[in-house]
Amino acid sequence: MKCYVGIDLGSTTTKAVYMDEDEMILGRGITNSRSNYELACEIASEEAAINSRFQYLENSLRVDLNDSDEVNHLIDWFWCKFKLAQHLEQVKMLEQVCARSMDEWAHEISKATYHSALEVLFERMRDQAEGLFIPGEKAKSDFFRDIASSQYMEHAEFLSEDENISFEKLTSIYDKAILRVEAVNFSSHYKAYLHFASAEIGKLQQFQPFTEIISKTTQKAVDLEFEVLSTIGTGYGRQTLPFSKDQIRSEILCHGLGAHFMFPETSTVLDIGGQDTKAIQVDPAGIVTNFQMNDRCAAGCGRYLGYIADEMNMGVHELGPMAMQAHKTVKINSTCTVFAGAELRERLALGERREDILSGLHRAIILRAMSLLARSGGVSDEFTFTGGVAKNEAAVQALHKLIEENYGKIRINISPDSIYTGAIGAALFAHRGLNVEFDLKRQRGKRK
Amino acid sequence: MKDTENQETIQKEESMVLQKSMIADHFDDLSEVKNSGKKVVYTFVPGNLNELIWSFDMLPVHPEINALQSGMRKKSGDYVLEAEKYGHSEDVCTYVKCDIGMLKKGNIGPTGKPIPPPDLLLLSYTGCFTFMKWFELLKLEYDCPVVMLHIPYQADGKITDPMVEYSVRQLREEVIPAMEKVSGKKYDEEKLKKFLASSSRAEANLVKVWNSAKNRPSPIDAYFGGVYYVGPIFTAFRGLEQCERYYEKLSEEVAQRISIGEGPTTPDGVMKEERYRLVVEGPPNWTSFREFWKMFYDEGAVVVSSSYSKVGGLYDQGFRHDPNRPLESLSEYCLGCYTNLNLPSRIDYLEQSMNNFNADGFLINSIKSCNSFSAGQLPILRELEKRTGKPGGFIESDLVDPRYFSPSNIKNRLESYFQMIEARK
Amino acid sequence: MAETIEEMDLDQLLSFTETLYEDLNLSYVKEWKEKTGAQAIGYLPVYVPREIIHAAGMLPVGIMGGGDNLEIIRGDAFYQSYICHIPRSTIELGLSGRLDVLDGMLFPAICDVIRNLSGIWKILFEDRYVKYMDFPQNFKSEIGGKFYMYELMDLKAGLESLGGKEITAHCLRDSIRLYNQNREAVEVLYRLRSDSPHLVSSFELYLLMRAGNILEVSEHTRLLDRYMDLVIEEDRPKRDYIRVLITGVFCEQPPASLIRALEQSGCYIVDDDWMLGARYLLKNVSTSEDPFKALTLSYLYDGIPNASRYIDQEEKGAYLLDRVQKLKADGVIFAAPSFCDPALLEQPMLQAALDKVEVPHTAFKYSENTGQFQVIKEQTGTFADSIKLWGDQ
Repeated sequence: MKCYVGIDLGSTTTKAVYMDEDEMILGRGITNSRSNYELACEIASEEAAINSRFQYLENSLRVDLNDSDEVNHLIDWFWCKFKLAQHLEQVKMLEQVCARSMDEWAHEISKATYHSALEVLFERMRDQAEGLFIPGEKAKSDFFRDIASSQYMEHAEFLSEDENISFEKLTSIYDKAILRVEAVNFSSHYKAYLHFASAEIGKLQQFQPFTEIISKTTQKAVDLEFEVLSTIGTGYGRQTLPFSKDQIRSEILCHGLGAHFMFPETSTVLDIGGQDTKAIQVDPAGIVTNFQMNDRCAAGCGRYLGYIADEMNMGVHELGPMAMQAHKTVKINSTCTVFAGAELRERLALGERREDILSGLHRAIILRAMSLLARSGGVSDEFTFTGGVAKNEAAVQALHKLIEENYGKIRINISPDSIYTGAIGAALFAHRGLNVEFDLKRQRGKRK
Repeated sequence: MKDTENQETIQKEESMVLQKSMIADHFDDLSEVKNSGKKVVYTFVPGNLNELIWSFDMLPVHPEINALQSGMRKKSGDYVLEAEKYGHSEDVCTYVKCDIGMLKKGNIGPTGKPIPPPDLLLLSYTGCFTFMKWFELLKLEYDCPVVMLHIPYQADGKITDPMVEYSVRQLREEVIPAMEKVSGKKYDEEKLKKFLASSSRAEANLVKVWNSAKNRPSPIDAYFGGVYYVGPIFTAFRGLEQCERYYEKLSEEVAQRISIGEGPTTPDGVMKEERYRLVVEGPPNWTSFREFWKMFYDEGAVVVSSSYSKVGGLYDQGFRHDPNRPLESLSEYCLGCYTNLNLPSRIDYLEQSMNNFNADGFLINSIKSCNSFSAGQLPILRELEKRTGKPGGFIESDLVDPRYFSPSNIKNRLESYFQMIEARK
Repeated sequence: MAETIEEMDLDQLLSFTETLYEDLNLSYVKEWKEKTGAQAIGYLPVYVPREIIHAAGMLPVGIMGGGDNLEIIRGDAFYQSYICHIPRSTIELGLSGRLDVLDGMLFPAICDVIRNLSGIWKILFEDRYVKYMDFPQNFKSEIGGKFYMYELMDLKAGLESLGGKEITAHCLRDSIRLYNQNREAVEVLYRLRSDSPHLVSSFELYLLMRAGNILEVSEHTRLLDRYMDLVIEEDRPKRDYIRVLITGVFCEQPPASLIRALEQSGCYIVDDDWMLGARYLLKNVSTSEDPFKALTLSYLYDGIPNASRYIDQEEKGAYLLDRVQKLKADGVIFAAPSFCDPALLEQPMLQAALDKVEVPHTAFKYSENTGQFQVIKEQTGTFADSIKLWGDQ
């Protein structure tokens, strides 16, 4: 299948999007960015390829099974078993690396003790694995590292209650091992995982009638070859990609075009990422006409929430829900992260509720974004909000309020897929190739 | 003002050689003052009174130039830190801090020899509040006479008679007597007139050079190249014969480039393909000057007009130093420096530049520590976009504090900006 | 206000000043204009010759930013993060319509940010009177004095053409008299505070001085007199606080509650430079000669040393030292708004002057909407304690 690929190398996550010749999205992939940009990019791309295969699988199954209700259920299970396979393989490698490390430094006397401890530990992790990948299970994270870390630590703590076993030793081994595991690209084993998934599903009672179709469709998905015609890279780390200069596009332009693709009537785009905030104006063809960036100052970026979360000893994802419980919005004067902590403590000391303070802090972030938007040319209909912070309901609520107060009734678009905006834009650029200007001018002419 | 280490890679044009020798000679003179007995006057680039200083046979020194030289030689980072150790705030002008730091570390100039202390601090208070504080600080360090020349602000966008009268009276009754006292010589108006006449001729040629950017391709870069072009005329050399010769030569070289359709010379080679024509507002960054220039060069972006190259005087609207009205024209010169214009006039000037030079867009380099330029650049950006309909870009850096130049941020914004212009062409 | 000033008790009086301080909508100015049918002219820090505005029958209104209760929505789009806060809040006040009640705005020469703001104001409010007051840095009467006279004449012409009544020498002299009285009252109040700081809290003094930015001048004088009459009857306990001067607060203002916090940390503020415009002239303006000339000579010869005024003859810091000695201050607090060139560049020079005679000092930065007083209180509290413990050694 001929396709075009867009890769967005962000500071926290790397995204990839596969797109066909009709500019339909085939699949999306995401991984946590790591020091080896090339690898992150490879993995994201392969995740997107796998996702594309799954889409293909899903579409085929729907056709073959006449789009019955079971199909959704089946796809969910398929995906879960696939991820289980990937997870188990990573756990296996983790175990092997840990054991080898242990061999290298442990004294003969304690070797045996530690080895059996590790055996128990990983046995437990394997036991837990199946339960993680069940449809409906809310995943704490999509990334192996996060799941593995929390499980390993939990078991290590328990095991180290035995005085012969040191928690620090166990964790130091893990810390080195996880890096090794992350450096490996497991997505290339997708064939094995697909077969595993297919087999596992075959064991489930509810899907017995369909085993033949499942296995035939799986084979088709396994055999599917993607022919990548062009790749465009964008984002923070794109300079380090092994692409030639004309395969790289500015993240601003990709973001603008991507937002336009998701919401064709978009005029203004706001992206609040972890490290920077972008305010972008696009014309009816998705071409950027104006932009402003806040890439030096942490105030008004996701980082700001990170600092607050640290100050309050909470997880970043908990801030939004707590802020939604506010009775009022405490006025926060300093939007500077350096002072945010001090002001927070002072307000707490004055007796303000955490919820109310958080509401104020969310408003503060959005106020900064409003300034950036004003600098870039204001807010016009329609307005699209993207980036990690767009998933924060308190931030979204503050945004709605401030937009309405200052610009009136504007349609605000937020997509759960907004994290892929840049990659989508890049994929579009890949498709339009060197005919960018020609194509877009044509588009602009059409829309007028 | 040149990065002398890289002379080999730049095509040596005669004007460059001339400029280099002018600067070298000047620093030699400065290092010889103990023997020659010549008096040294520290002053500022905006509102500099070169012709007057030379007429008293004194040597001018410009601490701003020292600071930017330190920046280009990667020494300013240390100097700024040194000044901060002495209690200066992180928030204030980095030229001042660089100067104080350099002073504390022996006042070694760009040629490796110490710069002589001032015999007179000529506080030309033109277009920048910080100048006043700067020389107040230097006064404490040097304990030499200071003379204040307060150049009024063109608040209503015009030069009025009372403004000129005020400036002229200060020249006549404060500055000249102070110079007479320090130099031991009497004011020689005839000598001054000769220098002014020379300045006027040099200025005419400089304007030719600026106007050459109307050509496609432009034979000059009016920002990065521009800071070299204004060297002689804004600093110690305006009024001198060598300066006149420099601008004659430069003007010829530029005419030659026009005739063969050649683009500007850059440290990375002659610009081959002119892809974007820009007007730039704001000073450049000095600590990563070449790297910054290269970002434009790599994209085929040429600056056809800049406001910074007018900080030491506007000549393209007809002003010339006039020997027939010596003190009046010196005053008008000072009053007309770019940073002494009110904001609406600055916007008008930038808009005109965009039209006159057929620019594709304009870019603002916002300098963290310079309030005179920076306070108001955001509304300038919006106003210009409104008036010209052309895309405006906005990047942020600093003069000489290397901590505030982030190549990846700037490159990212510049690339996006250039791609935006491209897509909108 | 129900009672006249002379009928107010201390609580009512303070509550009156607090209301004025917090009212960013300038209702007092609206009411004044309705009553008199005349115009109001705004001015930014530090000093403008208010006498001239008054002589035109107009109300001078000091605009000192938006304080800590104004949320900045539009103002931030005008300024980068490395510029002080006051121009943002001033623009916010302007664009939100709160300053529509003013018929003109004066921008005194204090720094490049305010200087450039005058240009922005011209663009944003094309139909309003905007004047930049270019105070001369030459103090010879035939040179700087002449230029200043020109500025005053220009201001006079501008106000008259706005619809103000003709500013005759007679009117101006009368206005000067009123402002002299106000100056005297301010002087007495300040002396009362430095003599008996336990009676006059700086927080109260601050609100009273802010009131002077908006109240009609004679009303303000009466307010000050009334306050002093009341406060000397109060039985306020003396505390073991140190005596300090605070300097650097002449433009962007600290929140009033920060001033209170400073006091609470153990400091009697015996001199300050907030509202410097009201105390800019160290002596009364003469009423026995041409009043424009008198104002000029006062500006030239009696102007208070400050960061925006070139000090030619005197040593840098001489005035500050003189005040420290006269007021028997234990130390100096240098407060500066973040990014404020005048205050921050001045600081090392003043500190050097203090160091020469071993006067202790401490410094901090703030912004007009600072929300975190704890850190500052900690610092000034420690400063106060250290002076008390080791001051005599």
